[in-house]
Amino acid sequence: MRIMTYAEALREALRNEMKRDPRVFLLGEDIGVFGGTFGVTKGLLEEFGEDRVRDTPISETAITGVAIGAAATGMRPVAELMFMDFVTVAMDQLVNQAAKMRYMFGGKITIPMVLRMPAGAGIQAAAQHSQSLEAWFTHVPGLKVVYPSTPKDALGLLISAIRDDNPVVFVEHKVLYSMKGEVPDTNEPIPLGVADVKREGEDVTIVATGLMVHKALKAAEELAKEGIEAEVIDPRTLFPLDKETIYSSLKKTHRIVIVTEEVKRGSWAGELAAMIAEEMFDYLDAQIVRVCALNTPIPFTTVLENVVIPNEVDIIKAVKSIV
Amino acid sequence: MEISREVLLDMYTRMVKIRKFEERVAELFAQGKVLGFVHLYIGEEAVAVGVCENLKEEDYITSTHRGHGHLIAKGGDLKYMMAELFGKETGYCKGKGGSMHIADATKGILGANGIVGGGFPIAAGAALSAKMRGTDQVAVCFFGDGASNQATFHEALNIASIWKLPVVFVCENNLYGISMRQDRHQAIKDIADRAVGYGIPGVTVDGNDVLAVYEVAKEAINRARNGAGPTLVECKTYRYRGHFEGDPTVYRPKEEVEEWLAKDPILRLTRYILDNDIASEKELKDIEAKIIEEVEEAVKFAEESPYPKEEAAVEDVYTDIVEEVRVR
Ligand SMILES: Cc1ncc(C[n+]2csc(CCOP(=O)(O)OP(=O)(O)O)c2C)c(N)n1
Ligand SMILES: [Mg+2]
Repeated sequence: MRIMTYAEALREALRNEMKRDPRVFLLGEDIGVFGGTFGVTKGLLEEFGEDRVRDTPISETAITGVAIGAAATGMRPVAELMFMDFVTVAMDQLVNQAAKMRYMFGGKITIPMVLRMPAGAGIQAAAQHSQSLEAWFTHVPGLKVVYPSTPKDALGLLISAIRDDNPVVFVEHKVLYSMKGEVPDTNEPIPLGVADVKREGEDVTIVATGLMVHKALKAAEELAKEGIEAEVIDPRTLFPLDKETIYSSLKKTHRIVIVTEEVKRGSWAGELAAMIAEEMFDYLDAQIVRVCALNTPIPFTTVLENVVIPNEVDIIKAVKSIV
Repeated sequence: MEISREVLLDMYTRMVKIRKFEERVAELFAQGKVLGFVHLYIGEEAVAVGVCENLKEEDYITSTHRGHGHLIAKGGDLKYMMAELFGKETGYCKGKGGSMHIADATKGILGANGIVGGGFPIAAGAALSAKMRGTDQVAVCFFGDGASNQATFHEALNIASIWKLPVVFVCENNLYGISMRQDRHQAIKDIADRAVGYGIPGVTVDGNDVLAVYEVAKEAINRARNGAGPTLVECKTYRYRGHFEGDPTVYRPKEEVEEWLAKDPILRLTRYILDNDIASEKELKDIEAKIIEEVEEAVKFAEESPYPKEEAAVEDVYTDIVEEVRVR
């Protein structure tokens, strides 16, 4: 085992794939000389050169579109958006072009590209630098959506995302970049579409993503002191989704709380709740509960940001409301 | 053209105000009192001041992530600005916006912006509105060299040119977008050249010479006000500090920084004022002392102000709907 931060694990995945496959290259704002705003690509310019680690102008449409064009014609680009919020600038290229080209062209083309983007609140970055927009992408057929919560998952999932022949939106949580964790000695891919049970328990299932996985685990420790054993599942990929793991947990616990940092209205959490209501209704002993961000933009000041974003207390409360 | 003593001293005052405010913000950020991302305007004061000196209170500006200078130049109140940076209830945005989103609609300040390139079409829209409402208001869009590579730059200049909108696009070319030196992010030297593509005038000016900026801006703003349409003004300048507070700035050569420090816009105006006997050293010192006092008052106001109440989180999303708050 090695100890790595989430950012280092992502870098290790990039390095691994760039060494292995000359078609893999990186592009994005300040990823070269500066090493990335969150330091993920630090040192890669020196190691792989300007041709494969491309600093771009501030042009998210072009970053995304250039990646698509290169992917369609034999390269395997990994593009970085400095913040997930800036994907708004690139939505045509991602949603109308990358996601649909293969289908529109009758399956005659592949778009093997990854679009990395830091999501999430917690650093007082306010409304245009803190969003969790993953539901926008799970809503779009043609895109895969990955969201690791640990260094180990970040490493394995990014390797798989780069090797995938479809456009993959790779969501990273900015608060997690400095988080350390154990990583296997060899750089092995973790397949997309396989959830991970982060904690076992019989009384309630908690499905959480990104930073919320860690809040759910903390909540589970607190609940255990009161004799409530929560099973915490990180789906790791939001699409394709490992329903099997979630459903078999539900067959054991009969109760579920879904925790994400998204605005609740129109969230991926809502989609999961709907799937469970449709397909697992008979197994449920209580209503499905979602713990999400409030239906507001992310405010700047800490007191307000803290109330908008869910925490351990909210998760504990939600669990207790159905157990 | 002769620039009056009154205008010169007013510009001096505003430039020093920006400098002192920003220097204090840097300290407060280091102390952890100012939160979030902070991009300081130190070194670029002549641009905002030279331009805004020509604007009336009812004229509009759109600002950027590096917005404090624009706000102060357009008449923003230091107390409410500082309180916003502290995240306090009394701040311009009630603590919801922070440095990157300060706005004051009563002074035509349509907001700093966290999205690079976000302001171009908004400025054009404000200009369109002024035109449709039949006022003589003008809109000024401040933006950086890096922002000129966003699609919004091109789309807004084009629409403003065909509709002859009363808008002036003011580029603060400080040679870098974060770590990207201009010669790495675009193949031209003068961003003003891009005006050709839209059939509008493009002017490049020394952005550290407030008198030059003032003259060029005056002409562009008059053109806009008189119905002759938009102008692209490029001001060559330099930021003294890192891109954001905390940026180690490894990407800029020392000699380059020193070269620009020697071209300090406030020093240059000071020298001009003294050399031409427009004011005495003592008069300038008095102005500075007053400003320092005003900045300290703003800090005190910010420190003594309360943080917002949790319920405020769900207000202001809509005019008529208050979202559900969280009960903990
Ligand atoms: C759409 C978008 N892309 C990227 C960023 C990140 N970012 C913030 S400021 C900045 C550099 C801006 O450079 P420039 O326009 O030259 O302004 P300066 O900072 O030099 O004043 C970048 C890339 C952003 N805020 N918005
Ligand atoms: Mg710049």
